[in-house]
Amino acid sequence: MSGTGSTLNHRRSTVNRLSAENVTLAYDQRVIAEQLSVEIPDNSFTVIVGPNACGKSTLLRALSRMLKPNAGRVLLDGQVIQSMPAKKVARTLGLLPQSSIAPDGITVGDLVGRGRYPHQGLLRQWSAEDERVVQESMARTGIAELADRYVDELSGGQRQRVWIAMALAQQTPLLLLDEPTTFLDIQHQIDVLDLCADLHEEHGRTLVAVLHDLNHAARYATHLIALREGRVIAQGAPKDIVTAGLVEEVFRLRCQVIDDPETGTPLVVPAARGTRAKGAAEKAGAMR
Amino acid sequence: MKTNRAVRSPGGLSVRLDVRALTVVVVLLLTALTASVVLIGTGDFPIPAGDVLRTLVGEGNAGQEFIVTELRLPRVLVGLLVGASLGLGGALFQSISRNPLGSPDVLGLGQGATAGALTVIVLFSGTAGQVALGALAGGLVTGFAIYALAWKRGVHGYRLVLVGIGVSAIVTAVNGYLLTKSDIVDAARAVVWMTGSLDGRDWDQVWPLLALCAVLVPLVLANGRGLRMLEMGDDVSYALGVRVERVRLLLMLSAVLLTASATAAAGPVSFVALTAPQLARRLTRAPGPNLAASLCMGAALLVTADWVSQRAFGAEQLPVGVVTGVLGGVYLLWLLVTERRAGRI
Repeated sequence: MSGTGSTLNHRRSTVNRLSAENVTLAYDQRVIAEQLSVEIPDNSFTVIVGPNACGKSTLLRALSRMLKPNAGRVLLDGQVIQSMPAKKVARTLGLLPQSSIAPDGITVGDLVGRGRYPHQGLLRQWSAEDERVVQESMARTGIAELADRYVDELSGGQRQRVWIAMALAQQTPLLLLDEPTTFLDIQHQIDVLDLCADLHEEHGRTLVAVLHDLNHAARYATHLIALREGRVIAQGAPKDIVTAGLVEEVFRLRCQVIDDPETGTPLVVPAARGTRAKGAAEKAGAMR
Repeated sequence: MKTNRAVRSPGGLSVRLDVRALTVVVVLLLTALTASVVLIGTGDFPIPAGDVLRTLVGEGNAGQEFIVTELRLPRVLVGLLVGASLGLGGALFQSISRNPLGSPDVLGLGQGATAGALTVIVLFSGTAGQVALGALAGGLVTGFAIYALAWKRGVHGYRLVLVGIGVSAIVTAVNGYLLTKSDIVDAARAVVWMTGSLDGRDWDQVWPLLALCAVLVPLVLANGRGLRMLEMGDDVSYALGVRVERVRLLLMLSAVLLTASATAAAGPVSFVALTAPQLARRLTRAPGPNLAASLCMGAALLVTADWVSQRAFGAEQLPVGVVTGVLGGVYLLWLLVTERRAGRI
């Protein structure tokens, strides 16, 4: 593990709204991460990247209090997130999970309206404000004209927009997205990422997303966290940290990093198959 | 298509009403009450509906008064309460398991209650009251067994159904064994109990059921919004601030209590818990658990089935469970065929 990683892991959180301090994350007995510390800079579009099973989704689950750390703590506005009232957390921090089920026969408007749950109560079921926010969220995500359609009949891209609209209707200053572009074609992936960038820029919302595509991450993130085996290998602005060395360390992939001709952000180009095979053979030779 | 209306007070209070669902609830309530009045007037000594109503408000003659309030009213009330409990319990189970087959009939709660009742009948030759207690205990134990066995990071749909079917098979075997061990008198009594019947139900069955419903129905309805969120999956519900495990445990417990006590009062009346929520849902055309509509549907179904069981076959009276069994069985087949066509099973 690199030297920068270990110092980052021990830094204390002080000012930022959302952070994890020395958390140990495990499912039953299977430990995913130990002594992991992460801070989400306020008003950033933070993207967490790393190879499969590196613990990025697990980290996101811990940050959104779905997974209770075995040790350490997750802090939201200076309080341990588990100790806060569930609805209060839900008014501060929204989450778009990977798995969600649209109930049979539900309309788009109804589903988006359910995002208002944390703002409602038994005697405050549907205020004028609720109505306004739902309309606005649907307009914001470009699904206003779908309001009366059934969610079952929509395409994958439209459906993802509906779920994002539901999370928006929650009106949280922090929004966490777990692989929001999975199962979408390239056009809809860019669509969703553009929408995220807009949400981040227009309202200064803090966004945290787990993404698979490193190039998308480098293009859209203002802050990048690279994980491997439950440890932070590097974090910072993409242009500062994305190098061929980092990609090799995190993903075990030889590559070149060039400037993206469109945006100037780092663009990862995997090395050609022949070069990679040669590289691997050299490495094996050196080890012998 | 948009049937939701919000009613708001100047003080910032607001209630959301689905007009269609509300209409369904009102119509079903009226149906249940009308069927009740007709049912009270039905029997060896028929009473016209007008006289039944007069007697119910305390203006009938002494003879009718006795027949209505002592003999027939308690039976109808037990029918209404049992139907309502089964309808609500079934809606809760189906919503929590996100599966129409996750209803108490399929999960073996009825068989569990039967095992409790048979134990009391066969081994102790207990009184009717003791049989009811035995059935209640049997239902509760089965409910907890299913919950404990199916529990793994929350109760998930098919897991709950499969565990329930397994438990149901075991308990059915136990029931068969108990029946073979019993003498002919006890066996006859057990078989009548197992069919589910409202015969001879009196005020002793009404009060405990009424008290339980008075507590559980408001509690369940107050948690209905949380349950509606749960239908979108645990992750979404957590994200929206639902206390997932707490709401689920509370509602499962309520559902088991409602089903077990309904079974204790009337025997395992089959298929009401399965069909009522599905029928209610097709009428309201609303997603979500449709709790109030299922409750009213259950009550209307059971009282109507009881009337059919008394009238449809001339002088021969059938236990109500036979009628609900036939209706429910046909409905279950239809459900399986259409779900299969929709590619869901």
